[in-house]
Amino acid sequence: MDLSMRWLNDYVEIDDDPRAFSEAMTMSGSKVESFRKEAEEVSGVVVGKVLSVVPHENSDHLVICKVDVGQGEPLQIVTGAKNVVPGALVPVATDGALLPGGVKIKKGKLRGAVSEGMLCSLGELGLTAHDFPYAVEDGIFLIEEACTVGQDIHEAIGLNDTCVEFEITPNRPDCLSVIGLAREAAVTYQKPLRLHTPEVRGCGGNVNDYLSVEVLNPVLCPRYSAKAIKNVKVGPSPRWMRERLRASGIRPINNLVDITNFVMLEYGQPLHAFDADLVKGRHIVVRNAKPGETICTLDGVDRVLTEKMLVIADAEKPVAVAGVMGGEYSGIMDNTNTVIFESANFLGSSVRTTARALAMRTDASARYEKGLDPKNTYGAIMRACELVELLGAGEVVDGIIDIDNSPQEPVRIGFEPDWINGFLGIEIPAEEMRAILERLGFDFDGDQIIVPSFRGDVEHKADIAEEIARFYGYDKIPTTAIRGIAKAQLTPEQKFERNIHQILQACGCYEVATYSFISPKYYDNIRLPADSPLRDCVVITNPLGEDTSVMRTTTLPSMLEVLSHNYNNRSAAFYGYEIGSEYIKKGENELPDENQQVTIGLYGEADFYTLKGIVETLLERLHVVDWDIRPEKQHPTFHPGRCAVLYKGDRQIGVLGEVHPLVLQNYSIGVRAYLAKLDINTLFALADGKVEYKPMPKFPATTRDLSLLCEEDLPIVEIEKTIRASAGPHLEEVKFFDIYKGTQIAAGKKSVSYSITLRSATGTLTDAEADAAVKQVLKSLEKIGVTLR
Amino acid sequence: MKTALENIGKAAAEALQSCSDPKELDAIRVRFLGKKGELTAILKQMGKLSAEERPVIGQLANEVRSRIESAVAEKSAILKEEQMSRQLEEEHIDVTMPGRKQPYGKAHPLTLVMDEIKEIFLGMGFDVVSGPEVEYDHYNFEMLNIPKDHPARDTQDTFYINENIVLRTQTSPVQVRTMETRRPPIRVISPGRVYRSDAIDATHSPLFHQIEGLVVDKGVTMADLKGTLEIFVKRLYGEDSVVRFRPHHFPFTEPSAELDVMCFNCHGKGCRLCKGEGWIELLGCGMVHPKVLQNCDIDPEEYSGFAFGMGLERVVMRRFNIDDLRLFYENDLRFLDQF
Repeated sequence: MDLSMRWLNDYVEIDDDPRAFSEAMTMSGSKVESFRKEAEEVSGVVVGKVLSVVPHENSDHLVICKVDVGQGEPLQIVTGAKNVVPGALVPVATDGALLPGGVKIKKGKLRGAVSEGMLCSLGELGLTAHDFPYAVEDGIFLIEEACTVGQDIHEAIGLNDTCVEFEITPNRPDCLSVIGLAREAAVTYQKPLRLHTPEVRGCGGNVNDYLSVEVLNPVLCPRYSAKAIKNVKVGPSPRWMRERLRASGIRPINNLVDITNFVMLEYGQPLHAFDADLVKGRHIVVRNAKPGETICTLDGVDRVLTEKMLVIADAEKPVAVAGVMGGEYSGIMDNTNTVIFESANFLGSSVRTTARALAMRTDASARYEKGLDPKNTYGAIMRACELVELLGAGEVVDGIIDIDNSPQEPVRIGFEPDWINGFLGIEIPAEEMRAILERLGFDFDGDQIIVPSFRGDVEHKADIAEEIARFYGYDKIPTTAIRGIAKAQLTPEQKFERNIHQILQACGCYEVATYSFISPKYYDNIRLPADSPLRDCVVITNPLGEDTSVMRTTTLPSMLEVLSHNYNNRSAAFYGYEIGSEYIKKGENELPDENQQVTIGLYGEADFYTLKGIVETLLERLHVVDWDIRPEKQHPTFHPGRCAVLYKGDRQIGVLGEVHPLVLQNYSIGVRAYLAKLDINTLFALADGKVEYKPMPKFPATTRDLSLLCEEDLPIVEIEKTIRASAGPHLEEVKFFDIYKGTQIAAGKKSVSYSITLRSATGTLTDAEADAAVKQVLKSLEKIGVTLR
Repeated sequence: MKTALENIGKAAAEALQSCSDPKELDAIRVRFLGKKGELTAILKQMGKLSAEERPVIGQLANEVRSRIESAVAEKSAILKEEQMSRQLEEEHIDVTMPGRKQPYGKAHPLTLVMDEIKEIFLGMGFDVVSGPEVEYDHYNFEMLNIPKDHPARDTQDTFYINENIVLRTQTSPVQVRTMETRRPPIRVISPGRVYRSDAIDATHSPLFHQIEGLVVDKGVTMADLKGTLEIFVKRLYGEDSVVRFRPHHFPFTEPSAELDVMCFNCHGKGCRLCKGEGWIELLGCGMVHPKVLQNCDIDPEEYSGFAFGMGLERVVMRRFNIDDLRLFYENDLRFLDQF
């Protein structure tokens, strides 16, 4: 909302400078975004009177003028304009003057003749013919305002208003008006609000002879007021009205249109003016549109309407979309004779839905959708009629059509000063509260507060508390500490997550953050089969673009993107991890499962075992023990020979492996890369956080190294499992230390070496005891085809 | 013999005098003190001496031996010391050469600051709670006093999954869920990802992070709200931070406010950083709307509370002077390594 300070001063006297005014209004709840003085960049321009115009002797298109600027000798100014005549008042940019766009005017010579300044056109002052309809745009601005020679141009033509831009919150549509903001300013500055009751003389006649109105849907249209104007004279509006419109950011057009805009700005009530002769049957019906009905709106676009939309129709067809936009057909023309003013109230939510569905957000709909005051239609339409008479734009026919189905009973709220003081943590007397409320337009009926109709946002005593707080001053409310014992702590799950961060960072991994939504095409990039259940995801119906259109069912593409980005930005190596969710769809009207994953991705000087080492470290540090690993050949994203799945019992913990070369290709990664993904909830469930000290061993250990021979494709985890299962009670540690394939052993075989540590808690182990354990191990190994080399 | 012993003593002293390396010292020790050494050779002749001479010579011999022994020990210590200083001298390295860094990853800058904020609130007695990101419209809007077709929905452009399910536009639904499951006193913050359909540019992202907080108890006042948030700001930005509370509107709080922090750069005068306003908008807050309490089956006549919410990205951007929000989600190592 752009507010003209001059207009504001019609209602409340504010002599503060704009900066202090902005600050004060912001702190009482009407936030000021910015303010600007009109034509701030113009200086050194004064009103001059042209004394003489003679041709330039060296030019056939230039003339030399003598101009009286009110002091000293008249100036000699050369101009190319054709419309300058002796006696005309013109804007003169004198030596050193500044014009919009940083233009500086200096004394100079034009074709040998001295020119001591410049005569200005509208454009050169940053104006258009809308601001001064009598002036031409392609010549010097010949001023017809009442002004004096030598007067500063700002003052002379009323270009000296200040416009303050407010950010009005959606709960305060009443403040989208001069009167609404004047009321706020009056309370902020504790000054009287000078409200004005419109006075309309009328010209006789009866509005009912011009129009009849029928409201078929009183829920969507609680009130419909209409007046008729006859013998309309379309022409320009007077300067004061044009100035106020211009300062409010509205372009002046003609008196009738200007009046509707002026009243909308002043009262916050949209008005619609239409040609009575174009209303078929002179009968207006406010009804829902019929299926398939269309209207060509003022912007020249044909719109298809639905049954949910409210229209203003004549006997045959819709002439306006209620609260949104008028129809082209019924608009005001130059030959319009009789005009109907409509000042109606429509249900906000209905206007909002309609404007959205038609993709037409207008000044009117933006106001209506916030919910306007039904009581305001009358004052606004009377103000418009008053202005018609004031401007001589037509004759106001007597009588008003006013169909009012709005609730008449005002909202009442109990006045509880003690509760308000307690709620805000302040101590102010009831009388002070009462004074604030009364200035805001609230009434009292005993201990009941009567809420004015324009404050639809006030429904509860908490709302009353806010009114008090705003004008008492938020800054005056003390600062206190909340009472009670603080006993907060992180949950075990939150601590577990924090541990994952710490462990992975200690392993050299950088945390990354990626979007939770991806493109469904990414599933192709990671080679998911067409029938993969992971392709069935939670889909956003109104995405920004395909790349962010579905909630990811796997975090792998996100990590691959990160690896790709870094590889293609020439990072030689990258170790990353992310803690983020996968969104697994359930029923249509059910929320998906959001499963937190830790995803690790890396490339650079690394191989599968680098990644596996990080995963093992993570599991060990999280106290997830006794897990199982199985080769996985089926996962489409991974190298079939270099991928594994981790289990504990039947429960899958996660997957890790080298990325499939085709996937690397899809992501333009030119080196081998590795990915792991572990389910955090599963890890948490399996983690055994109990730590208990075991005494240091008292007796020495015995170590036996075994070099074993087995089939080349036997996963060696089987050997380790067998050793652990068969070595007996003294087994302390089994450690893999070498693997060999080659000429020293038979083809198709490999040699694997383990170091086995045995120790007894009760005495030094004898050789015989150790040998017996090893013998037992070898016997079990033979059963799975593993022999001593 | 006496002379011979004295000569041995003298010879040993001379030999030790000129000795300069451990091998030579060892040879000297063997020569004079060894089993086949000169002193031993003399002592072997002790038998030939008379009973009167024997103790005298014996004593002398012991004296000579111990003199030589301590001289050898002394020399040995000197030589060892010399050798060590030589070695240390030779082993000097260029300590200005760079060290071998051990790999260590880093937390994402968003996590760094998020953790800091969580710690501040934990210290003030706030539990950390979380909830679903794909959320029912009911929790994201309706329970928060934002019915369908409410104009406030325009200010939060929402991603819809269907008519009833949205991507949460705020973490407030977690507060509602908390009020449904916990009874007052409640003191929680709910950090997490939120979604709004803002096109991606330097200052907007369709996904960002919020931290919201909620306090509900008997007798909670707006003064408590001010006090709590002022402490938070001072912990986050320093004890000398200046805050102001400015009236605002949110459908789920009443009264509502925005908290501004005085611009650290210009101290309120207005500069490029604060866009000339002198203040930087940090968070929105207010007293929980009685309707919201009622929706959660908490009696607003008995209990009151306050709530607040802030975006994380802007705070992190200001902290590290980051000018483009997209960098957070690009995960370039050259970016991640700076924090």
